[in-house]
Amino acid sequence: MTEIKQTQENQVHTEADSREFLSFVLGSEHYALDIMSVKEIRGYEAVTKIANAPPFIKGVINLRGDIVPIVDLRLKFEVGEATYNEFTIVIMLNVAQRIVGIVVDGVSDVIRLADDEIRPAPDFGVAFDSRYLLGLVPIEDHMVILVNIESLISSDELGLVDTQLSNSQE
Amino acid sequence: MSIDMEQFHGVFFDESQEHLDSMEQQLMALDLISPDAEQLNSIFRAAHSIKGGSGIFGFDALTGLTHIMENLLDKARQGTTELNEAIVNVLLETVDLLKTTLETYRNKKEVDQQSIDKGIECLESVLNDENTSRSDTQDMDDEGFGFFESETTTKLSTDDSVDIEGFGFFDELQPASQKPDESFGFFDELKPISQESNDSFGFFETPTIKTNENDNRTDLKPNVQASSLEKKQITNTSEQTKKTVESTSIRVDIGKIDSLVNLVGELVITQSMLTMIGSEVTGEVEDKLHTALAELQRNTREIQESVMSMRMLPMSVTFNRFPRVVRDLSSKLGKKVDLVMEGGTTEIDKGMIEKLVDPLTHLVRNSIDHGIETIDERLALGKSERGTVILRAEQRGGSIEISITDDGAGLNRERILAKATENGIEHDPDMPDNQVWALIFEAGFSTAAEVTDVSGRGVGMDVVRRNIETIGGRIEIESTLGKGSSFHIHLPLTLAIVDGMCVSVGDQIFVVPLMSIIESIQPSKEQIKDISNDNLLWIREQYWPLIHLHKTMQIDNAILEPDKAIVVLIESSKKRFALLVDSLVGQQQVVIKSLEKHYKRVPGVAGATIMGDGGVAMILDVESLASLVKPASKESIQHD
Repeated sequence: MTEIKQTQENQVHTEADSREFLSFVLGSEHYALDIMSVKEIRGYEAVTKIANAPPFIKGVINLRGDIVPIVDLRLKFEVGEATYNEFTIVIMLNVAQRIVGIVVDGVSDVIRLADDEIRPAPDFGVAFDSRYLLGLVPIEDHMVILVNIESLISSDELGLVDTQLSNSQE
Repeated sequence: MSIDMEQFHGVFFDESQEHLDSMEQQLMALDLISPDAEQLNSIFRAAHSIKGGSGIFGFDALTGLTHIMENLLDKARQGTTELNEAIVNVLLETVDLLKTTLETYRNKKEVDQQSIDKGIECLESVLNDENTSRSDTQDMDDEGFGFFESETTTKLSTDDSVDIEGFGFFDELQPASQKPDESFGFFDELKPISQESNDSFGFFETPTIKTNENDNRTDLKPNVQASSLEKKQITNTSEQTKKTVESTSIRVDIGKIDSLVNLVGELVITQSMLTMIGSEVTGEVEDKLHTALAELQRNTREIQESVMSMRMLPMSVTFNRFPRVVRDLSSKLGKKVDLVMEGGTTEIDKGMIEKLVDPLTHLVRNSIDHGIETIDERLALGKSERGTVILRAEQRGGSIEISITDDGAGLNRERILAKATENGIEHDPDMPDNQVWALIFEAGFSTAAEVTDVSGRGVGMDVVRRNIETIGGRIEIESTLGKGSSFHIHLPLTLAIVDGMCVSVGDQIFVVPLMSIIESIQPSKEQIKDISNDNLLWIREQYWPLIHLHKTMQIDNAILEPDKAIVVLIESSKKRFALLVDSLVGQQQVVIKSLEKHYKRVPGVAGATIMGDGGVAMILDVESLASLVKPASKESIQHD
């Protein structure tokens, strides 16, 4: 009985060590984010513009009754070309009790990574501020940038969250 | 009146059941050596809520019990009484007793007065024990007072129960077969009103002797059976007529309605997709398909409308319970109070209505207890002897405002500050009035000199604020000493339905709330005047500031020449202005969806809605557009 428990614990332990990431492409760069925060993947559709929003916030769409903002990360981080066609992909994320869609050039793979495979990000100016990076991973002949999507989405930089409002409520 | 109250009983029973359950859980979890203050507070609040509610409906057995329970809990909360195992046991027993009593009221049976008295006695003895470690005659006297009071209430309750039985009487007429009723909980909801209520009206009007008789039987238990037998006989005859006059309403879980609302939204989108595909079909099926699609469109629209209306209820559902509250309370306090209710037809989301009941009850009771002065005081101040409490609901711009206004004494700045100091609430003696007023929402704050059955324990206001904040609202106070005070509750429009005019600008649709539109016109060139880069519209013998919606909302491809576009004249509470749009699309009811849920507030926009084709349209907030009038147009011109 105790033995079984122990093996179970061992399994849990190894699972906790490795996580699954969804990798996607922005321009020529490869990125990945924690798959647990992905709600669904869908094609790009017409958005309703929001007044006085920065250009990378494309607007809002109706996701089964919820009004959800769409962010184009290519515009935000100035990578690749922000073109919209039938192959343009939107990853719908579920972070911090909010739903947000991010526009990417393509979704490539689901990768399982152990913690020791992740290299720390060097302190240089990648498109992403290092605060929003979990680390870098070499896969085959290219480098995958692991994004801490939760802190990115709730950051002031994207301006998706009304910081003033939440401050005044406290 | 009595029939009106009945519809709220179900809600009260459900709420009280919840309160009792949470009380039980918290009592069990209580750490006796160092009890958590918040936990004690929340047990106390639960008891207080039950007391308040039962007071309104005249369930006096519950009121009597919870009142004494409150006394005990209050002492524990303040640390004057140390909790021990025995006290918690008594409290738990009381909770059990409350539960059975609640169940008895729910099933409209006779309350077992003996066990209530016994429960009260138990609590009293604990209270007395704690008050004076050794029986101190003086304290006993004091408590004796409490005792008499509670006894009078219990006495009263026996009298009242005549009343209640009076109401209960014709209800009990229906369930000849109690059992199926209980198991479905069905008939409780379906209260035949017409035919039978006539009968029963006759019933409790005529023989007071009869009800008294009935009342006596409560005491002599064996006879209860006999009396219910009697009723059964009467019921049998009315049973048949009842079946035809059953009113139809059932309780449905709100989650089911929500998912229905979403599903219907999807259905509408699918339907419009079908219509688009259908328009491409040619050949012999074309006509048939078009007829069927038109039918489908009409049906989906009707489904959508009725589903939407399910969640919305008029404010009067809440308001209707207040005449009774005011009457009972004012007569209890020896005050004369008129209640004025306005805007009862304002529609509001059901979820909000339920959460509003408690805060509004507290506020109304507070207004009568603390606000309105006694008759003598009023006359001495040169006011009319009757005080007035106004309950008002209205939709304003992007929010619903509910206000409770009284013409009583108003808030007393000095007393509030003194009390805050006394209770150790941090404050600055020089702060402006509105911040002083906000102090009364702090936990444990109360200015009432005495603790009464009505108010003065300082639980009310912090619960009020908490409840309002949980539904995303806020509360403000205006008050003038000697003139009266008014409490304004602002609620968001989430899920409220708005009658809107859809207008198009560029390739986007916006919804303008219909009630703020005066008229729409196509202006001529001569009507447009320039003034320092801004446009004015000359109409109705006035110059109106002209807002270009495409500039404010940064839309490309809009019609730039005003004389080729449409101007919508809008009146907000602050100013009037004209809004330039490309064209009018049509008028329809839209459901307001929150933008803040996944994004943030956008200036000039009250929310968003989902159109028939599944796209999103912004609902304009005319109030904030009005405030944008000048700076916005200047800036956008500079940008150009």
